[in-house]
Amino acid sequence: MTDPFLVPEDHTAIDAIAAIGDELDVFDDWMDRYQHIIELGRKLPPFPKDWANDAHRVPGCQSQVWMEATLRDGRMFFAGASDAAIVSGLVALLLRVYSGRPPAEIIATDPVFLKDLGLLEALSTNRGNGIAAMARKVREAAASVR
Amino acid sequence: MTGVQTGSVTSLGLADGQVGGNDVADFNIERVCQNFPILREKVYGKQLVYLDSAATSQKPQGVIDAMSRFLLKKNANVHRGVHHLAERATEAYEGARVKAQRFLNAEHANEIVFVRGATEAINLVAQSYGKKHVGEEDEVLITAMEHHSNIVPWQMLCEQKNARLRVAPINDNGELLLDEFERLIGRKTKLVAVTHVSNVLGTINPIRHIVEMAHARGARVLVDGAQAVPHLKIDVQALGCDFYVFSGHKMYGPTGIGVLYGRSELLEEMPPYQGGGDMILSVSFEKTVYNVPPYKFEAGTPNMAGAVGLGAAIDFLAGLEHEALAAHEKEVLAYGTRMLSAVPGLRLVGTAHAKASVLSFVLDGVHPHDIGTILDREGVAIRTGHHCAQPLMSRLDIPATARASLGCYNTRQDIDALVAGLDQVRELFQ
Repeated sequence: MTDPFLVPEDHTAIDAIAAIGDELDVFDDWMDRYQHIIELGRKLPPFPKDWANDAHRVPGCQSQVWMEATLRDGRMFFAGASDAAIVSGLVALLLRVYSGRPPAEIIATDPVFLKDLGLLEALSTNRGNGIAAMARKVREAAASVR
Repeated sequence: MTGVQTGSVTSLGLADGQVGGNDVADFNIERVCQNFPILREKVYGKQLVYLDSAATSQKPQGVIDAMSRFLLKKNANVHRGVHHLAERATEAYEGARVKAQRFLNAEHANEIVFVRGATEAINLVAQSYGKKHVGEEDEVLITAMEHHSNIVPWQMLCEQKNARLRVAPINDNGELLLDEFERLIGRKTKLVAVTHVSNVLGTINPIRHIVEMAHARGARVLVDGAQAVPHLKIDVQALGCDFYVFSGHKMYGPTGIGVLYGRSELLEEMPPYQGGGDMILSVSFEKTVYNVPPYKFEAGTPNMAGAVGLGAAIDFLAGLEHEALAAHEKEVLAYGTRMLSAVPGLRLVGTAHAKASVLSFVLDGVHPHDIGTILDREGVAIRTGHHCAQPLMSRLDIPATARASLGCYNTRQDIDALVAGLDQVRELFQ
């Protein structure tokens, strides 16, 4: 079975945020931006079907979002998925920043980057809430293992 | 567009020789649209195309003006003061009640109870009439196409009373199975609660027929008219229903105000819903004597500006000639149905023969949430999700739909914008 948890390529959360920003800056057209975000969602590690349940559900989103966390050698790894494609892409961006980091780094990384990158503004508030709720859950998970 | 029409609404939309391009004669769509300043808003630099009126309608200038005039010139507490302003406020508030009475063709103005909206009206009936008349093992009958607001209050009542909630089924087109419905009305059925128009499917239910079936077996009928009032001419006496409820905000009025219509003799014998000021005749610590309907059910200071706004919304609708409005809405719905049906991979959800201004759909391989997000970027506002009707979603075996819903101000051009947006969606996802 492939690992459902996202293993990051960027060394730190700050690096990941910068890289995401650079990638998104390439696109002038919002359609292309969405296309890119959707592609990122498609490249997420496959999320086990039996995790797509209420126990894994992130509340507060109009679409369904599920996540799971695990601790490996002092680093928190996250798996996530959504039934909507654009939200899946946002989940992928979130995991790229937070997955595979030490809990202290996760807690220190303010999810305000979502706003700075125009990702919450791109989604209206009530839709963005799901992603904000996921960011909160990620950081809570990190806080609980410290 | 320039110059918002703020004057009299009585001649609104009536023919004056002008007929818009695609629109039905006698219905001047441009003049109707001019009454809704918000429709000139731009989102992401694009012209707003508002197709979410079933969630909440936009407000005409006349409603906005009536509310601000009330606050500027008439505001005081109703039914209480001897001073002049209190008199003006009471007159405006009670004037709105008479407008609502005429709007529904109720026999008496005291059959109109102002509430926060359809949801509160249903809760009121459940906890007042229902609490008194529904007993152990009795039944309340609803349908598979109800909004949560016409499910949960009855579930709560049934739980309190150890009564049973029964659900009348629908066919795949989204129409009630009337034979099944009739079979489900039994000796124990105390109340039938049914929507006039489905918020997801657009289905118009045959209320008169349902009332006859229910009354023949001694059951009372509550009709949820939230989605019906902006589109249909309502006559509660002709329908014969016992209760009819609606919200102001879905019929071009403000939020926070709605109407419970109840037949006089029922409201008379119903216990109060909430206690407080204005719902009493006298209070002592030993005994309180309740006021008469509708005041018995209007505890506390009511939403006065809201009621006045609702009155103005009723005036607005009265200013549109009903047949012309209905013909216009029917034409846009038919056009929308035709255009959406032609979109590859699109399936309309809700294809009842009798249908009002709702176009729910699913698109192969694309989550409704994604559809809504992309359309939003194009300035097209629709609703996506379960539409507060989760049991209906499971009956239809879909998690969610995208829903475009129409108001008096929507046109063929809005449908074209929707279809163009859906082309973008397909390009991105398919």
